[in-house]
Amino acid sequence: MASVSLSGVHKRFGDTHVVRGVDLDIADGEFLVLVGSSGCGKSTLLRMLAGLEQPSSGSIAIGGRVVNDVAPRDRDIAMVFQSYALYPHMTVRENMGFGLKVRGAAAPEIDAAVADAARVLDIVHLLDRKPKEMSGGQRQRVAMGRALVRKPKVFLFDEPLSNLDASLRGQMRVELKRLHAKLGVTTVYVTHDQVEAMTLADRIALLDKGVVQQVGTPAELYDWPANRFTARFLGSPGMNFVEAELRDGRVFAPGVDVPVVAELLAEGTTDGPVWIGVRPHDLRLEVGGAAGAIEAEVDVLEPMGWETHAHLRVGDARWTARFDAADAASLTPRGRVRCSVAPRSARLFARDDERALYRAPGPT
Amino acid sequence: MDDGQQTVSWGRQLARQALLIAVSAVTLYPVLWVVKLAVSPQASMGGGFNPLPTGFTLAHFERVLTARDTLGNLLFPIQLANSLTVSIATTLVGIVLSTTAGYAFSRFDFPGKDAGMKAFLVTQMFPGVVMAVPLYILMDELGLLNSMAGLTLVYSTTSVPFSVWMLKGYFDTIPRDLEEAALVDGASQWTIFTRVILPLATPAIVVTGLFSFMTAWNEFILAATFLSGERHMTLPTVLYGYVDENSTDWAPFAAGAILVSLPVMALFFVLQRHLVGGLTAGGVKG
Repeated sequence: MASVSLSGVHKRFGDTHVVRGVDLDIADGEFLVLVGSSGCGKSTLLRMLAGLEQPSSGSIAIGGRVVNDVAPRDRDIAMVFQSYALYPHMTVRENMGFGLKVRGAAAPEIDAAVADAARVLDIVHLLDRKPKEMSGGQRQRVAMGRALVRKPKVFLFDEPLSNLDASLRGQMRVELKRLHAKLGVTTVYVTHDQVEAMTLADRIALLDKGVVQQVGTPAELYDWPANRFTARFLGSPGMNFVEAELRDGRVFAPGVDVPVVAELLAEGTTDGPVWIGVRPHDLRLEVGGAAGAIEAEVDVLEPMGWETHAHLRVGDARWTARFDAADAASLTPRGRVRCSVAPRSARLFARDDERALYRAPGPT
Repeated sequence: MDDGQQTVSWGRQLARQALLIAVSAVTLYPVLWVVKLAVSPQASMGGGFNPLPTGFTLAHFERVLTARDTLGNLLFPIQLANSLTVSIATTLVGIVLSTTAGYAFSRFDFPGKDAGMKAFLVTQMFPGVVMAVPLYILMDELGLLNSMAGLTLVYSTTSVPFSVWMLKGYFDTIPRDLEEAALVDGASQWTIFTRVILPLATPAIVVTGLFSFMTAWNEFILAATFLSGERHMTLPTVLYGYVDENSTDWAPFAAGAILVSLPVMALFFVLQRHLVGGLTAGGVKG
C-alpha cells in the first residue's frame, strides 16, 4: 500500500490544456473518487497516475517515490478499464495470470494467486471461459480480478461500472466497497456518476475543466460546497438557484426573503448581488396561511408515491422541491405555493466568481 | 433473421437455388474444360460446348510428372521445390516484415510515417512488367539472377507493401485499451506484440500470408524474366513451356495447370477457418 501525491500537475494535448495544475494528496489506504462531467480531465489524470500519459509539468509520487519517469509496469499499480480490456484470446485464468506471468512468476505461484482472487470475486466457475462467453457483469469481475491478482499498492479504476445496467451497477458498488474495506488498498476511482462518488468515496475530488473544484468527504462537498459548480454537480435533483440581493442581513429575490446567518458568512462579505441556493429537500411546504420565505408558482407535479417532486417557478428561475406526498396532494399546477427554508439550510454564492459565501461552522 | 428465412416462399427459394446453380455453372465451366483437357485421351480444343470428359486417362499427368532433362533427371520435383521455396520464403519474409511494419505504422508516431505509407501505396500503382527491366539490371548487379533468393526478394517488394497496408488496417481495429492493460500488467512492447496483438491479428495474418503465397506461386512474367534453364524454373514458367510457337500441347498444359492449382486449393481448405474475423469479440465492450 502507498500514498499518492500529485503536485502542480498539468497536461496539454497540443493547444488543449486538459489538466490545469492539480494538487492532490491521497492517503495510504484511502478511497478517492475523481468525479466530474465528461472532458473534465479526470481520466487523463488517472492515466497519468498509471503512466499511460506523461504530465506536461508537475510531479506524481506513489509511496513517496516520484514516478514521472517510471514505466507503468514498475509503478506497482493495477488498473481496471472502462472497456474491461480483457485479452479476448485468453481464458479468464490466463487473463488474470498474465501480469504475473510476464513478470516471470512461477506457475504454482500464479495459480495460487489467481485462485485466491477468483474466490474473493466469486468467479471460480468462470476461470476456463473466454471473455466472449461471459456477460458484462462477469467480465467486469474478471477485470477486477486481474487487478487484484498482482496485489498492487494502488488500484486505479476508470469508470468501471459505466457499462453495466443500473441494478448490476448498484450490486457492484456494494462489492467494491466491501472489497476496499477488506483489502484496504489505496484506490483512485474515476467516475462521472455522482451516486458512485457519494457512496464509494472516503474523499471526493471534483474536477471541472481540468481544475480541482473541491476535495473533501462526500458530506463536506454535499453540505458545504465550495462553489456553485460543486453545489450544482452533487445531488439529484440538483440545488436550486436564483439571483438575489444581499442587503441588511437578508437575502432578497422576487418571491424570496431569507435571513442571513451571520456566523456562517465568510469574512469580508458585503451587501450586493449573490446567488441563493436551496436543496430540493430543504424546501418545506407551508400548508397554512403563514407567510413563507419563498413564494412560487407550481408548474408541474411529479408524484413518486412516497414523495412528490414539484417543479416551481421562483421569479424567473425554475426550482424543484421534494414534498411529502400527502402534503403535496393539495397542490395543483399553476397554483401558488408558499415554502419555508431554514436559514441555515440555504447557501449563498458570490455572483461574480460563484465561490461559496457560507463556510462550514468550525468544530467548536 | 431465422424467422425470415423460414417464411421464404417456395417460389423465392426456387429462384434463389436456380441463380446459385447458374453462377456455379458459369464459374465451374472453364475449370471443367481444363479437367476435360487433362483427362481425355485425345484432348483438343474442339468438341463443342460439352465440358465433360469423353474418356479417362492419367497419361498427361504422367507426362508432366515424369518430364526429364537431357541428363535424365526428373524435373517436376525440382521445379515444384523451386516454386515451394520461393512461395514459402516470400510468405515468411512478407509476414515477418509486414506484421512488424504494420504494427509500427498503426501504433507509433515517427517522422516519415505518412510519407512511408504513401510510398508503399505508390509502389502498388505500377504493374510488375514495368519494373521488369530495372529489376533485371539490379538483380544482375547483385548476382541474384536465376536464384530463388533473388526471386523471393522481387516478390517480397510487391507483396510486402500491400500486406503492410492490410495489416495496419487490421491493427488499427484492435483496441488500444488491450495494449495499455498489458503495459500496466507489466508486459514489454515486444511481449505485447507477440502475446496480445499477433494472436488477435491471426485472421489478417492468414489472409496476407495467403496473398503472398499466391502472388509468388502464380507469378509468371518476372519468373520468366529472371530464371533460365529447366532446373531453375518455377511451375508457371514450366507450364508455359507447353505452349509452342507453332502448336500448343493443351493436354499436358491442362494437367500441369491442375497440379499447380492443387496446393493453393489445399491451403484455402486448411486455412478457411481462420479467414473469418471476429476473434476480438468480447475483449472490450461491444
